[in-house]
Amino acid sequence: MALLEIRKARREFVTPEGGRLAALDGVDLDVGANEFVTLLGPSGCGKTTLLRAIAGFETLDAGSITLDGADLAVLPPFRRPVNTVFQSYALFSHMTVARNVGYALEVRGEDRATRGRAVGEALEKVGLSSMGSRKPNQLSGGQRQRVALARAIIGKPRLLLLDEPLSALDRNLRQQMQIELKTLQNTLGIAFVFVTHDQEEALTMSDRIVVMRAGRIEQIGSPRDIYRHPKNRFVAEFIGETNLFALTVDRIEGPCALATTPEGLELALPVGTTKPGDKVLAVLRPADFVLSDQGIAAKVTKAVYLGSDLHIFAQPTTGGAEIRITARDSAAAPKPGDLVHLTYDPAAPHVLEAA
Amino acid sequence: MAAKRQSLILTTLLAPVTLFLGVFFLLPLMIIALFSLLTPGLYGGVEWTFYHWNYGRIFGWADGLMEIYEPIYLLILMRSLGFAAMTVVLCLILCYPVAFWVSRLPNRWRLFCLFLITLPFFSSLIVRLYAWLLILKPSGILNTVLMGTGVITEPLEILYTPVAVVLGMVYVMVPFMFLPLYSAVDNLDRALVEASMDLGATRVQTFIKVILPQTLPGILGGAVIVFIPSVGNFIVPDVLGGAKGLMIGNLVEQQFLSARNWPFGSALSMIVMAVVLTVLLSSMTFARRRGGQNA
Repeated sequence: MALLEIRKARREFVTPEGGRLAALDGVDLDVGANEFVTLLGPSGCGKTTLLRAIAGFETLDAGSITLDGADLAVLPPFRRPVNTVFQSYALFSHMTVARNVGYALEVRGEDRATRGRAVGEALEKVGLSSMGSRKPNQLSGGQRQRVALARAIIGKPRLLLLDEPLSALDRNLRQQMQIELKTLQNTLGIAFVFVTHDQEEALTMSDRIVVMRAGRIEQIGSPRDIYRHPKNRFVAEFIGETNLFALTVDRIEGPCALATTPEGLELALPVGTTKPGDKVLAVLRPADFVLSDQGIAAKVTKAVYLGSDLHIFAQPTTGGAEIRITARDSAAAPKPGDLVHLTYDPAAPHVLEAA
Repeated sequence: MAAKRQSLILTTLLAPVTLFLGVFFLLPLMIIALFSLLTPGLYGGVEWTFYHWNYGRIFGWADGLMEIYEPIYLLILMRSLGFAAMTVVLCLILCYPVAFWVSRLPNRWRLFCLFLITLPFFSSLIVRLYAWLLILKPSGILNTVLMGTGVITEPLEILYTPVAVVLGMVYVMVPFMFLPLYSAVDNLDRALVEASMDLGATRVQTFIKVILPQTLPGILGGAVIVFIPSVGNFIVPDVLGGAKGLMIGNLVEQQFLSARNWPFGSALSMIVMAVVLTVLLSSMTFARRRGGQNA
């Protein structure tokens, strides 16, 4: 039995126009003990609503949430063995850092000595040992983030909920915190449910990613699964840079299916279950393409310098959408206006049924 | 050059208010302070000789020769402070839940409610207090209704009692309490309340440990704004108070207008001011020590 089980969760909101909008529309999800699960989706997809329902700040219209087999619906937020790291951190500005961190123990009635020890340990875990006597407004954004984290883990919850906790940090700090969070989760042995709209963040940290759209789950899988084998067009486009080709299969040749775009660009795909005449979508990542002296002829329109890599946009000479390619930067790297040829491993494309 | 120009602009902009407050506030205040140490003139006004018996009458060193010590003045001061404190507490109890309720209304209704709060200012204070007279008098609306429905058999004697005075002051002061309180409650970050409950605090614990301290600046602001004019209020006790509801403000008014003892009235004023200043300063110190950046 999974630690957290969500079944057919449904939550509707009344829109300002008086209509009804399902923020959660039949969501099923299991989270195992010690698992790092990320809820990923564009804003308004229901991921925050789901998190708030687990924490107890939203009531489901239908469906159930159980933790260790116990129904959470009957428990108010303060009785759930679940803690949250809020997007705004929600630190108590009238308390010191130490009192913020020890709050869960304070309201539980633990004595001062126990609290002091636990606060010390928690602050050490997040690397803020010397900051206990400060007020939250005397800390930097990254430090506040750590205080919020220490405060949420001190009560040893079964499950930690994180609501876009890194969105306010700058890029370097965010990447550092991503790794720290993952490490912390491993050492604590607590399950994390992490909400984000940042796909890179989701790929970096998660054991499993739950891609959501419009109150429904589009796909659940490991980061590699989601990236390499997106279930549909939405997931393919939402996760990572994608080249999508709408194709019609012409013929099968050995392990390859040959298919063409409406513009006449021919691509080789893994056969799978396709047969001639099928309309399919092929997903090719920018790194799948290799610059070569044969293959798809395309004219470079843009080359974006990214440090060690170069992001190239090239227009196939047959017409159709631009292809994005990631290549190593070098002196011989193509420049806008150059004609290039692109090849790829015919096993690389991920084939979807055209919806 | 630019800095010099800026300070010139600032001086020009600040001059009117400085002048206004200097002439109409600071100067009269100094006159009152001076008068409180002068000899009362026979028919009002002052004689320009030093005279400390004005304070002696109040605090007890008057020996019965020049002036007579009467503890009643301090008693009336104490009573005024008590009435004012009661007014503050009652206003707070009335306004706090309403402020919460209003802050959670949809925008349109919230503005409407704020408009309702300011509605009393559209009519004269005296008129509104006389309305209370009509409500509270023995044959007034309140007693008629209560007796008509059989809740009481004898008319309640509320008018011309301390109850009527505090009731009237609460009525007058409620908007002044509500607005700072509402602003504090409205600014309260809802996430803080959720964080507290998330960390295991019950609703009561959350209220005491998070909501109350977070809205403390509003509470203190409202309390100070209500307390200060309440201590010196003389209109409400004048209309609704009778003999038992007399407050220090009435005493000052009487000394200036009826008894024609300006120095004694000035001395009473100075004492009221000293008390009010003490309250103000200590509440500010409290807020600063307590709230850090919130204060």
